[in-house]
Amino acid sequence: MKKVIEGSHGVSEAVRLANVKVMSAYPITPQTHIVEALSEYCEEGLMDAKFINVESEHSAMAAVIGASSGGVRTFTATSSHGLALMHELLHWASGARLPIVMAEVNRALGPGWNIWMDQTDSLAQRDTGWIQLYCEDGQEVLDTTLMAFRLAETVNLPVMVVLDAFFLSHTFEVIDVPDQETVNEFLPEFKPSVCLDQDNPFAMGQMAPPPFYMEMRHNIQQAMMSVHDAYEKIEDEFDNIFGNRYGKLDAMLCEDADVVLVMAGTAASTARTVVSALRKKGVKAGLVKIRMFRPFPVAEMREALKNARMVAVVDRNCSFGVGGIFAQEIRAALSGTESRQKVAGFITGLGGRDVTPEILEEIYEAAQKMEDAPDEAIWVGLNN
Amino acid sequence: MQQTAIPKKVKYDSEYGSTDLLNPGHVGCPGCGAVLAMKFALHALGPDTMLVIPACCWAVIAGPHPQTSLNIPVLHTAFETAGAAASGLRAALDMKGDTKTTVVAWAGDGGTFDIGFQALSGAAERNEDFIYVCYDNEAYMNTGNQRSSSTPYRTRTTTTPGSGKVQRKKNIVEALAAHRIPYAATASISHPEDLIRKFKKAKDMKGGTRFIHIFATCPTGWRCPSEMSVEVARLAVKTNFFPLYEVEKGVKYIINAEGELPVEEYLMTQGRFKHLGDTEIQRVQAMVDDDFAFLKKKTLL
Repeated sequence: MKKVIEGSHGVSEAVRLANVKVMSAYPITPQTHIVEALSEYCEEGLMDAKFINVESEHSAMAAVIGASSGGVRTFTATSSHGLALMHELLHWASGARLPIVMAEVNRALGPGWNIWMDQTDSLAQRDTGWIQLYCEDGQEVLDTTLMAFRLAETVNLPVMVVLDAFFLSHTFEVIDVPDQETVNEFLPEFKPSVCLDQDNPFAMGQMAPPPFYMEMRHNIQQAMMSVHDAYEKIEDEFDNIFGNRYGKLDAMLCEDADVVLVMAGTAASTARTVVSALRKKGVKAGLVKIRMFRPFPVAEMREALKNARMVAVVDRNCSFGVGGIFAQEIRAALSGTESRQKVAGFITGLGGRDVTPEILEEIYEAAQKMEDAPDEAIWVGLNN
Repeated sequence: MQQTAIPKKVKYDSEYGSTDLLNPGHVGCPGCGAVLAMKFALHALGPDTMLVIPACCWAVIAGPHPQTSLNIPVLHTAFETAGAAASGLRAALDMKGDTKTTVVAWAGDGGTFDIGFQALSGAAERNEDFIYVCYDNEAYMNTGNQRSSSTPYRTRTTTTPGSGKVQRKKNIVEALAAHRIPYAATASISHPEDLIRKFKKAKDMKGGTRFIHIFATCPTGWRCPSEMSVEVARLAVKTNFFPLYEVEKGVKYIINAEGELPVEEYLMTQGRFKHLGDTEIQRVQAMVDDDFAFLKKKTLL
């Protein structure tokens, strides 16, 4: 049924339909609308689940780790400082191979206090062993959340569904909310591959000395690399049932493009209109929207960018001392190719600053004029 | 994936208990009070128990992969998370319709008094349905005897060398009682009948947070002979250094034993107090007397 709802509630609806049994969260703007709706679903009996109102995000992740170890489907949501506080337990969740799903609303980190859009919070967690999927619009948020449960439970790794603060979390759009029966067809009841069991007592997460630890980490890496195939199969199935597919990345007009813009999140929607307008003027512009960030879709990225003369990466984040994080990852992915496209990094739209069509046009023009890509990221839209 | 299979389901005799739930060959130090505490606790709780163990000595004693010294399911968690992880596990079991299993968080004093206090306080405020046990060896023993907020006044640790810790020991039971949880109690490895009774009582009080604070001698850190472990704990009770009492619903205080011996007899059994002169011993005596008098007043409320 089509509804006009917020991006946040796209998450909530998916979690309701996924029949999650234990949820736990701590309030942080702009994540709160997600869990407020979930609390109401529990109260109204629309969900048969327990919502644990914990005293911190650290405890929220610990609680879902405990619940997931107990063998039920779990969910949490956070943003920014909340995610940073969870950092230790993000490692724990993946190390324990728990299929937890988390919605993460991209928000800036303080100081100064800033509740608005910024990608540094989630990208700073790239080494924690969580699958990361970035969304562009409300429908994608709902669909991705449903797929996240399937994916997590297939490979036994946690999944982070990432959405932009306000631009997506608080924007009302038409979202097609599927019915329960159809969702059940796609996402059956959770059967944990391992959980604490009174009839077969064992220890989970116990001490792992040098003869064992490295193999456990190797297993995580293998599981992460198995996501590529698992994701494709799950998306095929999703497409068959719901008629939507998103890919690991979304390449638009890249075959003959001179400059390809690359970015994640809602800015990609703005970029589509910019690229279309440039094409109308005869400019060979292309666009790649990054959707899957962990594992990084190296093959797909190489394929999408293979004909580009220049790749212009738009980062709404910064790893100080290097530059944009997406740009780094794309450079690393392309370094193994013969053509080794030039990658110019642009940083813009931090802390909720709008990424307007004008900003993206400016980036495009700058990249178009470049013979070589500069070593350092170019900051666009700074006040004088 | 980390898991260690147990070959057989052990037998448990509910009347006399069984030590089968704790295997021999664990890696606890000789005379470890924390091991005795577990043995007695499991004796009372039986096999329908799941343990949540954060970083602490017991994270080691429970055994490295692929071994385990416990014949019940164990969830190891991060240092500061016992209260929250146990809440999540309880919720999962409830959703699965398993009301028989008792969830027990089993943490040291560092994981309870210090780094885990927030998660514990949160869980106690929500009155989560589990038993939280703090086995207290009065310092970070797993990392080599650093002071915690449970370390008593003037105790020598590796981070309070010289004349010892300046601050007094935090009263954790009082803090938990302030949450008005159904049950909070102290217990000692030197008084197993009392300890087992309290665990049975706690187990039967399903539906809320129950907190048991166990005095657990650490011969290695306290610098006393391992064969003195139980005797040292007994002296702590007999001198009122560690009184045995219960608090029901956060307000009803019941004292289980009253000591009469001077505190010096307890202090002199351990190297960690050896540096104390008469003045400091008298100061400790005065603190113990004041604390016990205050505890007695609370029983009159």
